[in-house]
Amino acid sequence: MAMLEIEDLQVYYGRIHAIKGVSLAVDEGEIISLIGANGAGKTTILHTITGLTKARSGKIVYDGHDLLSIAPHKIVMLGLAHVPERRQLFERMTVEENLLMGAYFRTDKAAVRYDLGRIYKLFPRLNERKSQIAGTLSGGEQQMVAMSRAMMSQPKMIVMDEPSMGLSPILVKEVFGMIREMHELGITVLLVEQNANMALAIADRGYVLENGKITMTGTASDLASDDGVRKAYLGDR
Amino acid sequence: MSKKAKGYLLNTAVIAAALLIFFFYRNSMMEANNKNFRLSVIPSIWQCCYLIILAASLNLVLGFMGQLSIAQCGFMAIGAYTAALMSLAFERAGFYTDKSGLNFTVALILSFINAGLLSALVGLVVGIPALRLKGDYLAIITLGFGMIIVNLINNLPFAGQNGLEQGSASSSLYENGLGFSSKQQVAWVFLAILITLAAVTAMFMFIRSKYGRAIRAIRDDEIAAEACGINVSHYKVRTFVYSAFFAGIAGALFACCNGSLSTGTFTFANNSILNSTFIVVMVVLGGMGSLTGSIVSAVLMFLLNRFIKEGAWLSSAPQFVQTIFGYPMLVYSIILVIVIVFRPKGIFGHNEFSLINLPADLKRIFSKKKGKEAGV
Repeated sequence: MAMLEIEDLQVYYGRIHAIKGVSLAVDEGEIISLIGANGAGKTTILHTITGLTKARSGKIVYDGHDLLSIAPHKIVMLGLAHVPERRQLFERMTVEENLLMGAYFRTDKAAVRYDLGRIYKLFPRLNERKSQIAGTLSGGEQQMVAMSRAMMSQPKMIVMDEPSMGLSPILVKEVFGMIREMHELGITVLLVEQNANMALAIADRGYVLENGKITMTGTASDLASDDGVRKAYLGDR
Repeated sequence: MSKKAKGYLLNTAVIAAALLIFFFYRNSMMEANNKNFRLSVIPSIWQCCYLIILAASLNLVLGFMGQLSIAQCGFMAIGAYTAALMSLAFERAGFYTDKSGLNFTVALILSFINAGLLSALVGLVVGIPALRLKGDYLAIITLGFGMIIVNLINNLPFAGQNGLEQGSASSSLYENGLGFSSKQQVAWVFLAILITLAAVTAMFMFIRSKYGRAIRAIRDDEIAAEACGINVSHYKVRTFVYSAFFAGIAGALFACCNGSLSTGTFTFANNSILNSTFIVVMVVLGGMGSLTGSIVSAVLMFLLNRFIKEGAWLSSAPQFVQTIFGYPMLVYSIILVIVIVFRPKGIFGHNEFSLINLPADLKRIFSKKKGKEAGV
């Protein structure tokens, strides 16, 4: 059974029909990329999954729970973490405080400490900077913090909104390396990206979103070799 | 012992020592029947106390949670009137006859607690709808609520515009209620100081707790906070209620040191330094997200106000200076502009002042200055 299943999702912003009947499925242990241009509705879908935007109709089932009827702050407790767009750190708090916020709802202090230590081991750079104010970090480091913060909630699945946004090519590579590492820890990933090249290179399967509709789906390598996708998203002329 | 614990211990010890010194100082002044002490120093302490609580309580909402609320004086008004009316009711019921002794203390404490609780309740009622809005819209709606509260009190038959003013026949706060004469203010000054200390300590503990971390997270990013499992609206209302509670306590203190209450004092803007706008100015000046900053700026603003209004230096100053200082609001705005230009974060930024850091801070400030000079 799929870990996350979206069925005929309809989302409106006022009178604007943003998502027009999207269906997709993410199986356990997969990396799924959702690619599309600006304004296609990628972020809207993620926000609907995590409850920040309300859907008009449709169904989102995660791990047997109907997400549309669960309050956003409770969704993270089900093991579904969200890495928001543009990193969205708590800028005036330290790196360590940011990471601890990720484990806010957890009551097992010893385990939280253990996880914190594990993240510092995985990303030594965060250990060096743990008492620095998060807003003063570089873009790549901020993305690292945002992803580690999501890890602190012990997620089974992470949805990520454009982790490569505003980063230099080297840092983008590093960030995608991190996604791979998370995946190796057994976390299912739903990745929303404009950088179709990188997103398809890492994913198992992909979906192409255009104007609120899924226009194409298939294995990542199929999509990457498809002429239409190459023209529209991979810069082939 | 960790540095943090050492810092707490040091600060507590210094505060306790200062209180002890002040205790002996007060006693000697009382023996000498020093008029200046009784009529000037003690009332100033009382006023500073409620200004400190007020500024610190607004800092919870404005500085730590990042929501601009200008209803703070409305909550203060509720606290002031509640405490005043309760004390009068106690007196009428014959619970106490003179303003000393155990019975009066009990009545006073009950009035204070009720003042806080009622403001907190109104804070809850106001906060649930209001905190759905953000930024400018929240400011506008809290401004409206502040006005509604004041007008409501104004039109209540038992509170009213004149009902609690000094000398009014039916209910004189000064004669029978908790309004203190200057001698009583000297006698009860430790009440004000201890309540202020307790309130500030409670607020400090609140922001240092897990809840405090949550509301600072909300200030920095609501979406990310929600994604971390924080119930944003719940925490917003909770903090708002907490802040209203302390504003109510500040109001009760205000009622104590003023023989009269009139709603004109609690409006959104007026000629004194006690209005909702000015409390915002205090928080911004002290540093949004620094309780100690709020304390310092409340005292500074109070002193400045005195200096402008009653300073003897003014009559000997040139005429144009006198003209400018005839409009205190103008002076405050100039000061605010200067602060914003040279220190946009406020006096303390978002750091807390602690004695244990003082040597390091001083060193940093002086080395910075030297660095600048060397650069020039």
